[in-house]
Amino acid sequence: MSEKRIDPVTGTETTGHSWDGIEELNNPLPRWWLWTFYGTIIWGVIYMILFPAWPLVNEATSGLLGYSTRANVAAEIEAAEAANADLRQGLVNTEMAALPQNEELHRFAVSAGGAVFRTNCSQCHGSGAQGALGYPNLLDDAWLWGGSLDEIAYTVRHGIRNEDDPDARWSEMPAFGDILEEQEIVTLAEHVASLPEGTDPLAGPGGELFDMNCASCHGTDAKGDRTVGAPDLTDAIWLYGSDVDSLVETITEGPFGVMPAWGERLGEAEVRAVAAYVHQLGGGESPEAQQGE
Amino acid sequence: MTTKTDSLYAPREPVFPRRVSGYFRTLKWWIMAVTLAIYYVTPWIRWDRGPALPDQAVLVDLADRRFYFFWIEIWPHEFYFVAGLLIMAGLGLFLFTAALGRVWCGYTCPQTVWTDLFILVERWIEGDRNARVRLHNAPWSVRKARLRATKWTVWMLIGLATGGAWVFYFTDAPTLAQDLLTFDAAPVAYMTIATLTATTFVFGGFMREQVCIYMCPWPRIQGAMMDEDTLTVAYRDWRGEPRGKHRKAAGAEALGDCIDCNACVNVCPMGIDIRDGQQMACITCALCIDACDDVMAKTGRDRGLIDYLALSDAPREIAGGKPKPIWQHVLRPRNVVYTALWAAVGLGLLFALFIRPEIEMTVAPVRNPTFVTLSDGTIRNAYDVRIRNKHGEAREFAISATAEAPLSVEVEGSVDGKVGVSADTQAMQRVYVSAPPESTAASAERTDLRLWVQELQSGARASVSTTFNGSGQ
Repeated sequence: MSEKRIDPVTGTETTGHSWDGIEELNNPLPRWWLWTFYGTIIWGVIYMILFPAWPLVNEATSGLLGYSTRANVAAEIEAAEAANADLRQGLVNTEMAALPQNEELHRFAVSAGGAVFRTNCSQCHGSGAQGALGYPNLLDDAWLWGGSLDEIAYTVRHGIRNEDDPDARWSEMPAFGDILEEQEIVTLAEHVASLPEGTDPLAGPGGELFDMNCASCHGTDAKGDRTVGAPDLTDAIWLYGSDVDSLVETITEGPFGVMPAWGERLGEAEVRAVAAYVHQLGGGESPEAQQGE
Repeated sequence: MTTKTDSLYAPREPVFPRRVSGYFRTLKWWIMAVTLAIYYVTPWIRWDRGPALPDQAVLVDLADRRFYFFWIEIWPHEFYFVAGLLIMAGLGLFLFTAALGRVWCGYTCPQTVWTDLFILVERWIEGDRNARVRLHNAPWSVRKARLRATKWTVWMLIGLATGGAWVFYFTDAPTLAQDLLTFDAAPVAYMTIATLTATTFVFGGFMREQVCIYMCPWPRIQGAMMDEDTLTVAYRDWRGEPRGKHRKAAGAEALGDCIDCNACVNVCPMGIDIRDGQQMACITCALCIDACDDVMAKTGRDRGLIDYLALSDAPREIAGGKPKPIWQHVLRPRNVVYTALWAAVGLGLLFALFIRPEIEMTVAPVRNPTFVTLSDGTIRNAYDVRIRNKHGEAREFAISATAEAPLSVEVEGSVDGKVGVSADTQAMQRVYVSAPPESTAASAERTDLRLWVQELQSGARASVSTTFNGSGQ
């Protein structure tokens, strides 16, 4: 522009733009605003040099300061683990049976075990440990393989009927569909269904079949045998259903419930922690009760 | 203004309030002494609550989430007491503003009290108004630098004491004082002290009336809360005008009582002229009343040219009548309603304070799963019972249940069904309630159940009604 035009009303210079005689005033930006604006640009450049900024193909520029939230989280996790290292070590070194007496360690174990349980166990056993058909309820007082801290820890560590761990709990109920006649299975199922009501396990034709086919594992008193994970058939708890139809299916096909071995995956401290958690859910047994069986 | 356009910025006109004495000044000295004493001394008052609890009379224990006020202890779930007190504070401000105008601003607002203190220091060191104006206008010299440095140092020390006293409200004062001196205190303590020292120094020393005029929302709100019956500091212009100095000049007999001596302007900490009428910048500190009364006494006129008065009295006085008595201004329906509301909230809080129990419980039924079948057919429900022990010592609690059907209670980890809860804490206890096999409660869908805790030493009981879930078969 060669010549400045001053708006006569306000005394302000105009931009020279005019629409139907309406002219635009050339009010400059306030100086402080302009400097703040330049300041933010300079700040932005410095920020891009110091901090991660530009996305590249695989990752972003890392910046001179090497700042990374991911590394910070990793460091925080490491610090938390370091802070808990003594407790973890203590957990590994303590006799499981003595754990409840050590209040601090027990609290740590239960709290850590709860987290382990929700992450790794709740998929089958349920978030409340209530189990489901074929997956044992861990809240009750019936334990297939034992309910003391040591027994639970062993079960978690090695699992049940898995091929990965040679020390896994192992037993196999035969599929009696290949062994008995259909009618015999129905008779047997009806007999077993009546056991909780106090029927003599060896009485009647059902009892005869029971004695010949089942008693070797479940016992002549039908109370089961924890060394082979054979359930008590006289109690109110049925992993695969208590009605005759369910029992016929169970006897015909032979259940084969598998639990993975967690020892390798979790580590000893976590195994013990989750055992402590499960043990205090309401059905845990003391070592004396274990011996009493 | 050098430009034609109006600037939004106006530079501050420095204010140099002159010393004044009189009724209101004395009242303000007392209020300053009492409020400052309350602020600085309170954290140091001790109050024995037994070995398990802090012995500081007034303590906001953020870490343990407790508020202690002498014999009262507030837990987080009792925060409604704080809400109630805030409502009372609000209603109290409404009441005082409607009755007496900005009496809060003029007498008790921390900004006013601390500014008053800072001006007092300023006067001690630099002299009264005229000396201060001279010093302000004088070029920098050794004397000026010395006076300024002394003043700022004293201000800074007051600021430090102010910020320092604040942190004592949040933790045990003697311990913290020791830690502060040995540099063992938490960084947040030092940061809080630094921040409050800085704000006290800047607000009291330099910003002063600007805080009231530009930063504080209260003056705007108060404008809406006053009415023509509100007692406020005002100038009786019908008596004072026309103002004039030269009493012996011709035509002086036509002049009013105001001799235009500017005493009211010179003492004003806000730097305003009350004779311009009510204005937002006036905090009604009443110092101009003292100043003017002094002048009226010297010139042999009645006091009260500037005085507390209500706008509704102006026409009455102009007509030669007497103003309404003060109690008639104060006791008007609006103020009675404020007082009633204020008292109602206060009585409600007092009532709540005295009926609140020493033990409390909440029950969270475990609903995942709703029930567990045990091997003998027993149906078991689990409940998380939270017991609050507000006593200053550990207490033992027995947990029991009442229901129409027979149910048994088992307290996890306890053989005798008792739970110990340490002093001033709450404990979470898992409780199992069982219905025997094939009992009514075991086979019903739901059974009403009431869980009780009894504090064994005093026998105090609390209960919560909940439900027992049966198998429904």
